[in-house]
Amino acid sequence: MKIDDDNRAVRSGEEDPGRRRFLAGLGVAAGSLIAIMAGLPVISYILLPVSRKMHRQWVSVGPADRFTVGETVLVSFENPSARPWAGVTGKTGAWVRRVGDSDFIAFVLNCSHLGCPVSWEATPKLFFCPCHGSVYYEDGTVAAGPAPFPLQRFRVRVRGEQVELQTRPLPFTETA
Amino acid sequence: MKLEKSLQWIDDRTGLVKQIEAIAAHPAAPGVKWKYVFGSAVLTAFIMQVVTGIGLLTTYVPSAGGAFESLRYITDKAPLGAFLRGMHFWGASMMVVLITAHVLRVFLMGSFKFPRELNWTSGVLLLATTLAMAFCGQIVRWDQNAVFGIVAAAKMAAHVPLIGPWLARFIIGGDVVGTYTLSRIFDLHVFVLPILLASLIGLHVHLVLRNGVSEPPVPGRGVDPATYRSDYRDMLRKEGVPFWPTVVLRDFTFAIGVVIVVLLLAWLIGPAKLDNPPDPSLINAHPRPDWYFWWLFALLALLPHSLENYFMVLTPLVIGLVLFSVPLVSNRGERHPARRPLAVAAVVFILSAIVALTVAGWNEDWSPRIDAPPLSAKIIGASSGPVYEGAMVFNKMGCLFCHTIEGHGGTRGPELTWIADRLTRDQMTLRIMNGVYNMPVFGRILSTRQTENLLDFLSTRNKSGFAKGQQQ
Repeated sequence: MKIDDDNRAVRSGEEDPGRRRFLAGLGVAAGSLIAIMAGLPVISYILLPVSRKMHRQWVSVGPADRFTVGETVLVSFENPSARPWAGVTGKTGAWVRRVGDSDFIAFVLNCSHLGCPVSWEATPKLFFCPCHGSVYYEDGTVAAGPAPFPLQRFRVRVRGEQVELQTRPLPFTETA
Repeated sequence: MKLEKSLQWIDDRTGLVKQIEAIAAHPAAPGVKWKYVFGSAVLTAFIMQVVTGIGLLTTYVPSAGGAFESLRYITDKAPLGAFLRGMHFWGASMMVVLITAHVLRVFLMGSFKFPRELNWTSGVLLLATTLAMAFCGQIVRWDQNAVFGIVAAAKMAAHVPLIGPWLARFIIGGDVVGTYTLSRIFDLHVFVLPILLASLIGLHVHLVLRNGVSEPPVPGRGVDPATYRSDYRDMLRKEGVPFWPTVVLRDFTFAIGVVIVVLLLAWLIGPAKLDNPPDPSLINAHPRPDWYFWWLFALLALLPHSLENYFMVLTPLVIGLVLFSVPLVSNRGERHPARRPLAVAAVVFILSAIVALTVAGWNEDWSPRIDAPPLSAKIIGASSGPVYEGAMVFNKMGCLFCHTIEGHGGTRGPELTWIADRLTRDQMTLRIMNGVYNMPVFGRILSTRQTENLLDFLSTRNKSGFAKGQQQ
């Protein structure tokens, strides 16, 4: 009953429509303010890992004398910036080839097409991707399949006796 | 009496009892028969997914380092764990199948036309959200397949102009797949998307009740927005059948069937197999999505490579635009499929394409068969000399991964069992030395002697030569 009385009051023009509109606007503004105040920290928190650039670090993958010249071998290492609860997800792999005394090449495992891990076949000297059939030559250039780019490489250096790779982001996440 | 009194009391305080009674009693269009059961069956499947999901969450650990072990425990040790995972997995498949059937039914019967345009729009959003749920479900099954699945998704997103790399980082939660990746996909799968789905279902059901279930189409009787509503009301008054129990019972019968099928599949086949651990440094991987994305998986292998950049960005965009624009393009006129040949043709075309691509995705002909057993001496037809040496080149230099000879080998390239009947030695030389589309340049890889031996071997691959080889 009371509601009807109020409505009648509005309809009969006892309340100023301009004031009413202003109050309605104020309501929307207040609601938006609450949403922004509460939402901004949350959105920033979710976006933070997206904007943070990876800290590239040198990681040892073993003593140089464990690598034979001309051979391409799979190495794996713990990503030093992985969180403590990463488990095996914190590992990274690379195809490392010793080409000279202190000369090494290290390829990223991920196919340049959709990121599946490529396998090295030593006899034909080709990398094969299991997902969509991309093939790479021994220098990482594309031999066949949908791969758009050569295999990416890690930076490699020899420090003392140790072969070290520099960690790097997944190739396609780089804005450069 | 007591029950009636309590209901009255509740209704007095809430107003809900009368509302529910009104919904139950509302008349539905006559002829609403078995073709109309898919929508409610999707709802049944969704509820089942929520319930089995809640059950699984009592054991699943959503951390990058713990998820796989917890899944292994659920699957191998927890009482009923494999069964529950099976229900959740087959429930998801069922939901995808049913929502597709529902969309097809609505489209073919022209039910999206006036005044149900927004029923369709909310339905398209439900379809998209369901597929997103299905994909995220595959990722929270945090095995090797999941790791490379999310990498592939991020890689595809990276093709978007300007914001691509940012989008890719947003999807995996940084530069590399890891702790952030699983947690945010879990967040989507368990909170964000289900809440979105439930809200959209609420909206969709509201629209169905408001606009009424569409009556079965009659050829020649099109939709005219000016008169449709009053005609529909008249029809309901004259011939309407009560929603409860007539229509609902059919829904329930079908839903019981759906649940039984899911239970049977969970029992007989069980959950999706857990792949290797989610270790990005393992290479013995064979990543592939769950069956409902095999068509996309196949398309990504079979498209002309130069089109891929556009395809990855434009396809979802085009599919979305087409689906959304359906009721905008045609919201009046004929509803019966017999009078809408283009609509039927479009459905036939799209379904055939999806089925054909799904089969291709199942076969995976493009995947090099690295573990193919080598050609036997019997197939080679020689045990020494240049032909034998050439066969060894074929076995060892990767030819076998992609080419089949008498049932041995891969299927990426053409079968070579009778290659000498098709190509001359010169033509073979040209292909081997220079490579072709999807074949490496073997001139870079083989020595002259190896190439000659290989050609000697391949030249024996003809029908007469084969017969000779068999006689020896």
